[in-house]
Amino acid sequence: MAEYALELTNLSRHFHLKNGAFKEPTLLKAVDGISLRIRPGETLGLVGESGCGKSTLAKMILGLLEPTDGDVLINDKMRGASSRLSMSRQLQPIFQDPYSSLNPRKTIEQIIRLPLQLHKIGDANSQQRAVKDICDLVGLPERLLKNYPGQLSGGQRQRVAIARALILKPNILVCDEPTSALDVSVQAQILNLLMDLKKELGLTYLFISHNLGVVEHLVDRVAVMYRGKIVEQGTREDIFQNAQHPYTQALLSSVLTPEPALGLPDVLDSSAWNQAS
Amino acid sequence: MSDATGSNLSKEQLLLPAVPEWRRMMNRFLGHRGLLMGSIILGLIVVLAILAPWLAPHDPYLQNISQRMIPPVWHEKGSWEHVFGTDKLGRDYLSRLLYGARISLTIGLSAALISGLIGTTLGVLAGYFGGRVDAVISYIITTRLAMPVVLVALAMSALVGGSLQMVIILLGLLLWDRFAVVARSTTQQLRDAEFIASAKVLGASTTYILVRELLPNILSALIVVMTLEMAHAILLEATLSFLGLGVQPPMPSWGLMISEGKAYMFFKPWVIAIPGIALMVLVLAINLVGDGLRDMNAPEGRN
Repeated sequence: MAEYALELTNLSRHFHLKNGAFKEPTLLKAVDGISLRIRPGETLGLVGESGCGKSTLAKMILGLLEPTDGDVLINDKMRGASSRLSMSRQLQPIFQDPYSSLNPRKTIEQIIRLPLQLHKIGDANSQQRAVKDICDLVGLPERLLKNYPGQLSGGQRQRVAIARALILKPNILVCDEPTSALDVSVQAQILNLLMDLKKELGLTYLFISHNLGVVEHLVDRVAVMYRGKIVEQGTREDIFQNAQHPYTQALLSSVLTPEPALGLPDVLDSSAWNQAS
Repeated sequence: MSDATGSNLSKEQLLLPAVPEWRRMMNRFLGHRGLLMGSIILGLIVVLAILAPWLAPHDPYLQNISQRMIPPVWHEKGSWEHVFGTDKLGRDYLSRLLYGARISLTIGLSAALISGLIGTTLGVLAGYFGGRVDAVISYIITTRLAMPVVLVALAMSALVGGSLQMVIILLGLLLWDRFAVVARSTTQQLRDAEFIASAKVLGASTTYILVRELLPNILSALIVVMTLEMAHAILLEATLSFLGLGVQPPMPSWGLMISEGKAYMFFKPWVIAIPGIALMVLVLAINLVGDGLRDMNAPEGRN
């Protein structure tokens, strides 16, 4: 077994922004020298505000974007060293927007089955069986298999995306804001599903989010990202109870939790409520 | 009476009825009057063209000098022997019209297919890869747009000589611009969609992504363009044939029929009116179908 499921060493990605024909392009350091290590079975939450480079980082880990500098190691192997096909069996993404991550012209069955077909795993029968099994696992009713993504709700669509990611049995999932496009009530269902899957399959998660409230319930460790850099890293307890960096503190104070003691001001106590009514 | 509260409905009835895809498409098709009318007319013309050898009352090439310029049946001197009359060489006009539909449809379909293949390939490549590929292909598209189609077609057919095959190839090589523009812009919209990224991460080849993931999503827009270009090609063929540089006599092209009748148009207007109306009806039907297909694929009213 590999020592680290996912290891980033000094990973950077710089963009040159054009300012018109005659001006010097400005250098944007979207991701600037990030090193991270995730052990097998661990869940790391990567938090930070919009535009801090989280998604650029995810794209580099998935191999959709070439890093300017640094390496991505998956199960102790360099990302560039082996083919996309073999990498995709170890690491799969769950994208933010389930409305854009499923091809609207394919049925749910075709979508979930596609990884098996691309990797030429099994024959038609065993592929169909695998699709049904994975649907069971993620709580997707079998009758939806013949439907198109347009006929499904947001939560169901995200379940389809999770099923597609899991059908190759990868050990790492990169979740890029997997719940931010969903209704609050559905968010909880999807998060619970991800937790259950982790227990059942021993998955490793890199969980990217701007929402600390979501991350708190899921992760073992938290890394806080700001302007392309990791500003603070620690266990969940460290970060949530004893944040050192001022940016982390600011981020924590911006979270609105539904629990009364954790941030929402108590305007009315019960006696005041009784008097008022 | 149905129960408005729905309390008497069984569990089966409460579940959404599974309406098959073709059924819903069928309902939308029947609900669209323009599309329905266009398809019926177009279907009729296609059937008439295919069955021309059995339907035509006379040989379209058979000349009969003693039967020249017989007016159509509704004219006082007309007869049922020649329903649409005869032309200046005594050939039966109805038979020539039926055979002419074959030529128009063949040219429209083949030219639109050739140009569709060229335009879609260029457009998808430009839209998907962007950058330098896009710059080069955009330049080619602009160059093509700067060329006046009729003028180039005239010059080329004057150089190499007109024939059915030449007209098809010529129009196929000239009418791909709209395909390319539409394919390019629709591809650009989808290029960054997450389902494309997902296929990439899965290790799908670029060919697979372009053909199996992307193309089905832009196909509906391309089919609409195809109908427009088909009508365009049919009109251009008529234009070229009218000018004597398209399909050559004695083939019964509708444009050629108008051209051959133009000397008589003041005294015997039906000589150009009949093929002219046929041309108009065919182009109208194709455009109605194109419009209807666009409406059917429009996102509003569809889930």
